[in-house]
Amino acid sequence: MQPYIKHTSIAALMDRSNVDTDQIIPKNFMKKVERTGFGINLFHNWRYLADNVTPNPEFELNKPAFQGAKILVAGENFGCGSSREHAPWAIADYGFNTIISTSFADIFFSNCFKNSILPIVVTDEQLAELMAEIAGNEGVEFTVDLEAQKVTTPGGLSIAFEVDAFRKESLLEGLDDIAWTLKHEEQISAYENAQKKRLPWLWPSA
Amino acid sequence: MTRTMYEKIWDANLVHEPEAGSPLLFVDRHLMHEVTSPQAFEGLRLQKRKVRNVHSILGTIDHCVPTKDRFNIVDVIAKKQVETMTANCEENEINLYGMNSNQNGVIHIVVPEHGFVHPGMVVCCGDSHTATHGAFGALAFGIGTSEVEHVMATQTLQQKKAKTMLVKVEGKLPAFSTAKDIALAIIAKTGTAGGTGYVMEFAGNTITDLSMEGRMTLCNMAIEAGARAGLVAPDQVTFDYLEGKEFAPKGKDWPVAVEYWKSLVSDEGAEFDAVIELKAEDIAPQVSWGTSPEQVISVTGVVPSPSDFTNEVKSQACASALKYMALDAGQKITDINIDIVFIGSCTNGRIEDFRAAAELLKGKKVAAGVQAIAVPGSFPVKVQAEEEGLDKIFMDAGWEWRDPGCSMCLAMNGDELKDGQRSASTSNRNFEGRQGKGGRTHLVSPAMAAAASVAGHFVDIRDWK
Ligand code: SF4
Repeated sequence: MQPYIKHTSIAALMDRSNVDTDQIIPKNFMKKVERTGFGINLFHNWRYLADNVTPNPEFELNKPAFQGAKILVAGENFGCGSSREHAPWAIADYGFNTIISTSFADIFFSNCFKNSILPIVVTDEQLAELMAEIAGNEGVEFTVDLEAQKVTTPGGLSIAFEVDAFRKESLLEGLDDIAWTLKHEEQISAYENAQKKRLPWLWPSA
Repeated sequence: MTRTMYEKIWDANLVHEPEAGSPLLFVDRHLMHEVTSPQAFEGLRLQKRKVRNVHSILGTIDHCVPTKDRFNIVDVIAKKQVETMTANCEENEINLYGMNSNQNGVIHIVVPEHGFVHPGMVVCCGDSHTATHGAFGALAFGIGTSEVEHVMATQTLQQKKAKTMLVKVEGKLPAFSTAKDIALAIIAKTGTAGGTGYVMEFAGNTITDLSMEGRMTLCNMAIEAGARAGLVAPDQVTFDYLEGKEFAPKGKDWPVAVEYWKSLVSDEGAEFDAVIELKAEDIAPQVSWGTSPEQVISVTGVVPSPSDFTNEVKSQACASALKYMALDAGQKITDINIDIVFIGSCTNGRIEDFRAAAELLKGKKVAAGVQAIAVPGSFPVKVQAEEEGLDKIFMDAGWEWRDPGCSMCLAMNGDELKDGQRSASTSNRNFEGRQGKGGRTHLVSPAMAAAASVAGHFVDIRDWK
């Protein structure tokens, strides 16, 4: 995994709530057996006109000022619906590495961390302020410092955010989750051996 | 210390809780389908890792399967997903109810049919509707593909403890109201994010009166309330359902297992972080009107107006839903005409669902211009329905009787709505484009769907002849 490094990047505004993973990546674009190449179909049904290739000029992320954005600022309950990890894959492949909202759906939230994306939870007021700053100055760049747990803006906002200590460390270092867990091989085996005695019917008879 | 059922399952499955890092939870059962697993197998191969406990996995192929002419998968990439799943399972000796199996069907229908999930288990699958298996008193939840890989390699998940919510439903349901209507009524109350961060335990005499299939329908929809999982305490209904099934404990193990399962129920007086209560009497048959499962109202109601919502976000969401759904505020639900009716999916694709619908379809005909398709959730459901003659009732009424699959629930297999078409659907999501780009979905129970197919619009089945 890519380590997450402090950056200053364009913040794109998506003033919608309940953006679900069916919108983030419609299922007809999930039929791949690889993890890459989903970015081109991110938000496909909103992003393209009926011919499926011409960018829809009314879709917010198609605004010239938002091109190259790494930060997405969006309304509450972002990422609800299907568990598809294709959603964060598409988001990362498109170029975003940070999403700011007041709330995220559980599965989507943890999927983000597996893909070097930082989901940041802010309060209603903070979100409104961030959104107002983008709306008034499209193309504005925010700074995200995970180490210091802070988002700062040219407009003078400085927002501290919470992040689970373990997830923070994993993101900063780009750690492999499986490798970390396998360091606990001894405990896993001990658990399995105990379960074989406690609930023997769950195990194939030797 | 009193504990809730969730806490008991958590404690029983906790492998390790390091001082720094994440708790590791043991995964007893891992369910798999073709869409969310290929990248996980690829990841294992790249890292030269092995599947740890092959016996914990059960796979099926369901999302991409056409329900007419099932072997003729036109989309080349869908075909590749099916082939990849088959090859991955073969290579790793994973039990797969694949394309040629007479047990094939939608994962969350197939798994219970074999008694693969028991009370107290931790169950996961790269699929959000894994919540279904909470009906057995198992902690069952959806995971992403990276986690699928993690479970295959380690048999554990890095998990954070969730908060607990008690959802209590008491009383007798009105005629024709079902588990589906309870689920929708709960979501209407909590909102689609109301359950975020929580595991919901459904309790109360309305819930204990539900059959196993009803409980599955209810828990299936827990995710639509944002909950990580839903749970129903195991009881005699659960034990009777499991007894004798292929993967259920047998012989001298059975009574030991039942004793253990009984110990899992929430202790008297156990504390939940949140409690909500509903009265069954208030739950009339429900119909969703918007593009989120919380945008739902009883069949006697009218389409709301953005001004009915004091919350600005919800008001805006209402306005954009009305636009997408092409509905007018104040329109009666029973005045909404439909083009397509779909009965199926892991929410409502079980035998009781087809029985309930057939009951209403006997001697009736589908309205002119309406297409109606019935998609059993699995081959065993299909065979059972045919033995009972239900297929004939559907076909005599002008319905299409298809082969199992996810079908129009998510429209990645050829079954889908065309731009602007409107459906009455027994599935679980009415998101924009879920059933096809530009398609408009109304979520209902099987009986409501059956009646709508005959009338051509929604009807209050309680006074419909
Ligand atoms: S029937 Fe629908 S919800 Fe269920 S597994 Fe298939 S696509 Fe998912």
